[in-house]
Amino acid sequence: MDSQILIQNFLNALQWGSFYALIALGYTLVYGVLLLINFAHGDIFMVGAYLGFFFAIVLTGNSLIHLPLWIVFIMTVVLSMIATSFVGVTLERVAYRPLRRKGTNRLYVVITALMCGLILENGNLAVFGASRRSFPELIEKTIYSFGGITISNIKIMVIVTAFVAFIVLEMIIRKTRIGMAMRAISYDRVAVPLMGIPVDRIIVFTFVLGSSMAALAGVLFVTAYPVLEPYMGATIGWKAFIAAVVGGIGEIRGAFVGGFLLGFIEIFVAAFFPSTLRDLIAFSVLLVLLSVKPTGLFGFSRSTKI
Amino acid sequence: MLEIKNLYANYGAIEALHGVSLYVDQGEMVALLGANGAGKSTTLMSIMRLPPPEAPLIKQGSIFFNQVNLLNVPPHVVVAEHGIALVPEGRRIFGNLTVFENLTIATYARKDKNQIALDYDAVFDLFPRLNDRKKQRADTLSGGEQQMLAMGRAFMCGASFILLDEPSMGLAPFLMQELFKALKQLNENGVTIFVVEQNANIALKYAHRAYVMETGRIVLEGKSHELVNNPEIRKAYLGA
Repeated sequence: MDSQILIQNFLNALQWGSFYALIALGYTLVYGVLLLINFAHGDIFMVGAYLGFFFAIVLTGNSLIHLPLWIVFIMTVVLSMIATSFVGVTLERVAYRPLRRKGTNRLYVVITALMCGLILENGNLAVFGASRRSFPELIEKTIYSFGGITISNIKIMVIVTAFVAFIVLEMIIRKTRIGMAMRAISYDRVAVPLMGIPVDRIIVFTFVLGSSMAALAGVLFVTAYPVLEPYMGATIGWKAFIAAVVGGIGEIRGAFVGGFLLGFIEIFVAAFFPSTLRDLIAFSVLLVLLSVKPTGLFGFSRSTKI
Repeated sequence: MLEIKNLYANYGAIEALHGVSLYVDQGEMVALLGANGAGKSTTLMSIMRLPPPEAPLIKQGSIFFNQVNLLNVPPHVVVAEHGIALVPEGRRIFGNLTVFENLTIATYARKDKNQIALDYDAVFDLFPRLNDRKKQRADTLSGGEQQMLAMGRAFMCGASFILLDEPSMGLAPFLMQELFKALKQLNENGVTIFVVEQNANIALKYAHRAYVMETGRIVLEGKSHELVNNPEIRKAYLGA
């Protein structure tokens, strides 16, 4: 295998890992604050893609406003992030918060999250039908090639966006008071209101961050692979969750690194072996990793708090 | 400033308070004394009602702070809008945050930037050791330093009234003295203080007044220097 193919696969893996990383961030944020595995998160990714599709169609398909396509793209991303945040926060308000208020065992909340995901999938199926839809081409694809290595403008954009999003998130968590509050909740939720902090508002903010990252991933994904279908969030959501666990769930660096790790393993396995073996080998590697370090790469064992 | 009237409260199935009445005036430092299980913490936690299981269930009575009934006010509002802060039992500092972040997080609801800057200075004046350890993770602090941090954090909430639950617990005697001196200093700077304490010796040394609780009732109250000389108190609480 020569270096050209290696670099080509490296670039592909960076893009593929970007999607996992962005979705894994949402899992890890919610887990860090609530110790809740939000199994509806993969479907939030799907909702983000569909809402992006909706906004893209509305913005391009009407005769009233004519905007340059790159502006339409940016508006699509931003509007989808905002609208998807509302969906994520609605789940928290309608499904998770009432259970939390009653002091329900966390297991029931996780099951509720699973059901919320199924409701989103099947709700979508009921409203839009099973047929696939194709995302409009908002960014004209340009392919640059350097000595046999090719990279598209979309690929560059996906990778750069993932890194920027991670840095912004890291800044929020590390430097702002609301970020400190998020970390404080994961350590001792009872003491947080003693600081004059409304815990529910911090939780809502956490869902806003997580859902908007999923929406960002969703719109980028359908920009790169322009097919939408109601179950598109299921597999990728599960995989991103595993990436978050491998990275050390609750740690946002872990989610980011875990996402890329999974991307790299998948792409390189597919490059060397028949692609039908991809997931088998990828998950076997992750299983070995977890059995060596059960808390994940960046994780630490935490005492269970009730 | 604070006035509790005829308070009855349950802790789970236990009837913890049977008609507690007490008051704390502005500028005072008042202690609430009594043995383990007398209902001291329950009284305190009735003012700042954290989510269950921490919070006692109030059956009857009232808690007024500056003429506002606190009975249905959630704790973050008690802190942010009424200026009452609690230093909880066991300190409950955020171990995964640095010392400085622990102080900063307490300013979450505050907008008075200039005063916040002055308050950091005041905390570091009072506890220079916190300044030395500003960037350290809070769970690396010793017990005494954690108690200082918990007090500094309460002050950073912008509180004019600070409640403390057993601040001396688990500390060496010289550290207790240091902490109560710091409390006195805060009090002299205008912060009203209400402290629940098992260690009557030290509490009566620094507080203006004190209440003594037994099995959910206030059984004695008075100025500290009077209580110190009260033969019953000397026998039951001062080990003399």
